[in-house]
Amino acid sequence: MDIPRLVELNAAYARTIDNEQFEKWPELFTDPCLYKVTTAENVAKGYEAGIIYADSRAMLQDRVSALRKANIYERQRYRHIVGLPVVLGQEGGAAAAETPFLIVRIMGDGAMALFATGCYRDKVVADGAGALRFAERIVVCDGARFDTLVAIPL
Amino acid sequence: MDIRHDASVHEPATTPHGQTPRGQTPHGPWPEDSLARVPYWVYQDLDNYTREQRRIFEGATWNFVCLETDIPEKGDYRTNQIGGMPVIVVRAADGAINCFENRCAHRGALIAFDDGGNVQNNFKCIYHAWSYDLAGNLRGIAFERGINGAGGMSKDFKRETHSPRKLRTTSLCGLVFATLSDDTPPIEEYLGTEITGRVRRVLNRPIRIMGRFTQPLPNNWKLYVENVKDTYHASLLHLFFATFRITRLTQAGGVLVSPDGGHHASYTIGSEDAPGAAAFREKDLRSERDDYKLADPSMLDPVDEFGDRIQLQMLTIFPSVVLQQVHNCLAVRQVVPKGTDGMELRWTYFGFADDTAEMNKRRLKQQNLVGPAGLVSMEDGCVGGFVQRGIAEAGDKISVVEMGGDTAESQPTRATESAVRGFWQAYRRHMGY
Repeated sequence: MDIPRLVELNAAYARTIDNEQFEKWPELFTDPCLYKVTTAENVAKGYEAGIIYADSRAMLQDRVSALRKANIYERQRYRHIVGLPVVLGQEGGAAAAETPFLIVRIMGDGAMALFATGCYRDKVVADGAGALRFAERIVVCDGARFDTLVAIPL
Repeated sequence: MDIRHDASVHEPATTPHGQTPRGQTPHGPWPEDSLARVPYWVYQDLDNYTREQRRIFEGATWNFVCLETDIPEKGDYRTNQIGGMPVIVVRAADGAINCFENRCAHRGALIAFDDGGNVQNNFKCIYHAWSYDLAGNLRGIAFERGINGAGGMSKDFKRETHSPRKLRTTSLCGLVFATLSDDTPPIEEYLGTEITGRVRRVLNRPIRIMGRFTQPLPNNWKLYVENVKDTYHASLLHLFFATFRITRLTQAGGVLVSPDGGHHASYTIGSEDAPGAAAFREKDLRSERDDYKLADPSMLDPVDEFGDRIQLQMLTIFPSVVLQQVHNCLAVRQVVPKGTDGMELRWTYFGFADDTAEMNKRRLKQQNLVGPAGLVSMEDGCVGGFVQRGIAEAGDKISVVEMGGDTAESQPTRATESAVRGFWQAYRRHMGY
């Protein structure tokens, strides 16, 4: 799998979230899939839990529905800065890739703060139409701290 | 149960009934001398915050320090804080658990600076290599006799009188607590029979840790503890269940408050006819608003693993730990104060050592419901900050905590603030207010 196509997929992912087009976010995943938000420390210790854990596109959609309709939080958005992916291996048409990220959270009043840094650990496959999709995206945050709340996916 | 104060703390004169007279706060009388009134300065005042450290965290209270499963072998340790005081908790050679202040007796540096690990037989401060045994006794001083007869410590320096403060420890169902006070009663007496039973109900066999997360919150620590004890807000602030038209078949439940007020357990019970594997139902299957249904309800497929139909149990142990059972999502949350207007909430998600793969998956999915990104309760992360900001210029004003009366007893309803009043009952007694 070539790097430019992975870069394009990551750019689309970041743009979807940063432009608040959350409804399109699940489309970037296969179904079933695995999306999890955890920390480097949990991964190192073999702890499986995530603060977000979804194994189907429908679960991703539900998270979007909840953040649109149910959850209450102060107005905020993210700015993702996504680094270059490294392909760690290929197996059965799936590429294992790792991409560093940095997320700034911008509050409604304009206050900006570094919200999370870390690394996406992905399994990427091409769907029937040849478009790349995440079969797996594990968001491994460098730190274990999640300030106030995490309404918007990382 | 009456919890005695730390004898080392100056007490105001007591009444003939042995009660600490109310109204002795640094800001004048406690408003209306009522458990149903809370002055806002308690969330803001720095002197009060300092007093909390001395009288609550270092007073006659049991403070959560780790899980037994964190330190199974000799020399295994964890570091933690009791209020602001850093501590080390370590497994000794004889299997006992020791806890002592994480402060070198020499220059005050942290003795251990990792979250945890194993030290075999002793801790060594990195600054000047003073070493401590697993009980926190000062054992070794580098160059104690100097070099070639020059320098070194005075010959009358007595190591045994220079050690970090030692704490007593106790365990209950794998939860490890520590106290600085000689007056803290045994843990079961401290909690009372009912709350002890509610701890045992959940922690009934060996656990396994599933993950740890830290959530900094922009509010005073007490606002979070009150939030957990506040059974009134649940269906009002948290709209996930209502929005997706998921309803518990019954709302039966209530709140237990320990005799001293400080500890509580709230619970909801599923109805008898609810099949074990489906305590949730969509309220209106023919709803026209199909878009307001969950597309994948698999995270709402709990099993009645404790066999008593209690779906949710939220339990607090004064001053600062929460034991959570939300269906099959289990966690310990530790509240760590970080100044008057900040705190950290430290989550440890756990399951049981004998969980099947299916149960593990169920827990992983249900972990979506709570925590920093909890679909059901993420609002708890921001609401304390809203209070902290709302009261910015209202230190002399008061909060009303009057749902369900002005007392702090157990009540067979969740439309009450009884457990919140219980917190203030215990808080005021410890603080001498």
